[in-house]
Amino acid sequence: MSAAVETPAERTVEPTERRPARLAELFLLILALAAGITAFAMVGRSVTGELPGDFWPVSLLLTGIGVAAHVVLRLRAPWADQVILPAVVLLNGLGLAMILRLELADTKGAAAWSQMMYTALGAGIAILLVWFLRDHRWIRRLTYTAMLVGLGLVVLPLLPVIGREINGARIWVNIAGFSLQPAEFAKIAFAIFFAGYLVTNRDTLALAGKKVLGLQLPRIRDLGPIIIVWAASLAVLVFERDLGTSLLFFGLFVAMLYLATERFSWVLIGLVLFGAGALVAASVFPHVGARMDVWLHPFDNELYNAVGGSFQIVQGTFALAAGGLFGTGWGEGYPYLVPYAFSDFIYSSLGEELGLTGLLAILLTYLLIVQRGLRTAIAVRDGFGKLLAGGLAFVMALQLFVVVGGITRIIPLTGLTMPFMAQGGSSLLANWIVIALLLRISDNARRPSALPMRGMVAQGGAMHDPIVVGAHDGATPGTGVPVRRPAADAPSRGSTPSHPTEAISRHPDPPTGGEHL
Amino acid sequence: MNTTLRRLASVVMVMFLALMVSTTWIQFFHADELNTDSRNVRAIYAEYGRARGPIVVGGEAVALSKPVDDEFGYQREYTNGKLYSPLTGFFSLANGTSRIENTENDYLNGQADALWVDRLQNLLTGRDPEGSSVELTVDPKAQQAAWDALGDQRGAVVALDPETGAILALVSKPSFDPNDLASHSTKEAGEAYTELLNDDSKPLNSRATNWTYPPGSTFKLITTAAALESGDYEPDTVIDAPSTYTLTGTQTQVGNFAGTSCASAGEMSLADALRISCNTAYLGLAGELGADAMNEQSEKFGFGKPFSVPFRTDASRYDNDPGAMNTAQVELSGIGQGSVIATPLQVAMVSAAIANGGEVMQPYSVDTVRDPQLEVVRETSPTSVGRAVSEETANQLTDMMKSVVESGSGTAAQISGVEVAGKTGTAQWGDTSKTDPHVWFTGFAPADDPQVAVAVVVESGGDLGGQATGGSVSAPIAKAVMEAVLNG
Repeated sequence: MSAAVETPAERTVEPTERRPARLAELFLLILALAAGITAFAMVGRSVTGELPGDFWPVSLLLTGIGVAAHVVLRLRAPWADQVILPAVVLLNGLGLAMILRLELADTKGAAAWSQMMYTALGAGIAILLVWFLRDHRWIRRLTYTAMLVGLGLVVLPLLPVIGREINGARIWVNIAGFSLQPAEFAKIAFAIFFAGYLVTNRDTLALAGKKVLGLQLPRIRDLGPIIIVWAASLAVLVFERDLGTSLLFFGLFVAMLYLATERFSWVLIGLVLFGAGALVAASVFPHVGARMDVWLHPFDNELYNAVGGSFQIVQGTFALAAGGLFGTGWGEGYPYLVPYAFSDFIYSSLGEELGLTGLLAILLTYLLIVQRGLRTAIAVRDGFGKLLAGGLAFVMALQLFVVVGGITRIIPLTGLTMPFMAQGGSSLLANWIVIALLLRISDNARRPSALPMRGMVAQGGAMHDPIVVGAHDGATPGTGVPVRRPAADAPSRGSTPSHPTEAISRHPDPPTGGEHL
Repeated sequence: MNTTLRRLASVVMVMFLALMVSTTWIQFFHADELNTDSRNVRAIYAEYGRARGPIVVGGEAVALSKPVDDEFGYQREYTNGKLYSPLTGFFSLANGTSRIENTENDYLNGQADALWVDRLQNLLTGRDPEGSSVELTVDPKAQQAAWDALGDQRGAVVALDPETGAILALVSKPSFDPNDLASHSTKEAGEAYTELLNDDSKPLNSRATNWTYPPGSTFKLITTAAALESGDYEPDTVIDAPSTYTLTGTQTQVGNFAGTSCASAGEMSLADALRISCNTAYLGLAGELGADAMNEQSEKFGFGKPFSVPFRTDASRYDNDPGAMNTAQVELSGIGQGSVIATPLQVAMVSAAIANGGEVMQPYSVDTVRDPQLEVVRETSPTSVGRAVSEETANQLTDMMKSVVESGSGTAAQISGVEVAGKTGTAQWGDTSKTDPHVWFTGFAPADDPQVAVAVVVESGGDLGGQATGGSVSAPIAKAVMEAVLNG
């Protein structure tokens, strides 16, 4: 029977050699830019009654960034995910609008133009990265360099002279007048290190060890790396006084460990270790304990009035509440009543003026980026790429969870910033780099490859030379023309007896559907 | 690794779901509680920094918010504060809000549920949120006429549209200027408030709606209504009208006004008794009717409960001191003395009900609420409170009230070319040897097609003091108000 032979060829997804035009990305990009630029205009109109002074330069620069990134993706990563870039531009634009709005209202510290410059810088680095990094697997050779860089970055804020403590958290360094949050960059370094390390050692970590109560426990000597990362995370918590960064690193490691080993026992061990460590830290170190009190009883008057107490989080909660379902509208609220409304608490500022509706839209936009990143991880073929994409996507989700969870009191408040929205150069640069890596990996994941794909006949035929026996439906074997099932437009022309339509209608075993059209 | 990646994707979904739930919890379920937290200055900033909608009378704003350059951004201003404060109330950073500013707050500040479309539009277009305007039923000419006619005397004037219950005028003197309380300086506003609060003349209390007086002879309308409704009396039924009447169970003798006798025969028709306001006839009549009939009739006219107009008025009461209700008290109630107390609004409602064929209409002062695009958001439709008397009784009462103005105690309310129906009252209060009576007039016009019902009370006889009567002092004020309405 010819049908048995024909099936693999028919059901193969034909990789198109033509580059995608990325029209979906362009369309979404226009929407994202429109939302951002409209917001710039609206905050000006609301706060000062006219277009903000920087309206044209900021709008043109943001548009330029979006268009440049789009063009570079077309040229160098045409198969990359088309949703990620517009989503990032949207978040970045809305963040800029809020910072601009706060600056127009004379909020001390809000600096929209500098944020714009960092956006341009971050996007520029991302564009260069996509341009010059042709294959993400090249990064794997940096595995141990990345570890050293990561550890170095974590230690930086503890160093005298350059280390800075701001609002109780020592997660800043000051170099030549520029403030940096090294942890933002460290998370990328760690993701690279974990991916490289785990892809090499995953089998040992996954398979060695006893099975107890249905859990595959690791061997003691394999616990080494997790203990080191655990200790490093606790050190961050205790010495840098930042639960967020600590949670970020540790969560990233545990998630990637789980991804690589497929062993739930690692997650359990990780959670128990971290929970115990945090509890001990909270009871031993007063500053950690104080943060816990603020988290648990923010509305307590004594804590509210205390220096370093719950004033900020309570005011942030008030801001969110004031926004309600639809918000006050751009420029119509009082977000500046909250300390650091433009950075740590930009979520509450956005919540006040855009309401629950706006925040849910923003959260969904983040979710879209993260899920696209995870999809990239699923689609990419190499283990290193899977771990890196999965880790980077997850670390963004985790960072958002730590920030927003802190403001909405799911977890204690920390010093992390909301990716792309909060004012801060380090965060912007680092997250644009994350996006560049995700785009690069997704391009590689979807790029048609000479390597066999799942569901494809490996050797010789399916892609270019379908094995067809009997030439039953008029296709000439061996010509390289794929078997085409007639489309809907065919029947009108179907009078010739040799036409495929007839051949199909006579087919004893009807095909399941136009999978390959 | 794809299995674990998919599981991780599920974990991410759960994390985002948690964030959405916690955000919704704060912004939706807990918002009200958080917005009213005393530490949330935002609520005050928002309330006082908003372009609050105006309160409009006859197309002109009597209360409006003007942009100013201070920390709040808007200053509430009252164009004719003292004239309209019994309606507008005040909007004060230091002292809160009252009356229309209070009850219509959600519309004035644009936060009412009904205005969500506007808020959504503002959000989308970035337009400054604006409050809705509240348009009152008040006729500015009638209001001004009442204010002018009352002069410097203490008292109140209420005018109603008898058919709808719409308040056409509401004046209380002495009044206060809400501008003094609207100052953004908490100290200034607080001092002004304390001063008004400590003022013996109680200018903050509206005498029209939140002050009760003995209604005196205006209450004879209700006694007459109860008599006619009982079925035992007709306007020409002859009743006893002695020179003096000794209250049952007491030695107290009550005479008529200025000690005159009502009729040489010692008896007269019910209609005549009302026309000349014969006290002795009504003392006996009330005793005959009894407390229950009197109470029931007065409640049918609206006594016994407060009204929301939409701010809350004081309730008028037939038996303000229930423990003291003996036969003597019931007899006294027939002439609106003793345990009977009424607000000027209630007295106006009695006339309005008679004018409206016996049906009592719910009094109201807010006509329409319009959003900033002038679309009607809310409109008050007249509602009936119930029937006080039959149409026949109403017509009989109207005829009797016409004769009061034609040839009785209320001739000063006559308007040339218009038939006016009315009733005077001169109500004693406190220690009668030391106080001058409050003088009343209530009525409506035109008698055959009523457009306006009024009640006027002037405290302690006003400028005339002990010489004053309802007919001499209050009737001319009522006339001025009715003329203002009728001449449009």
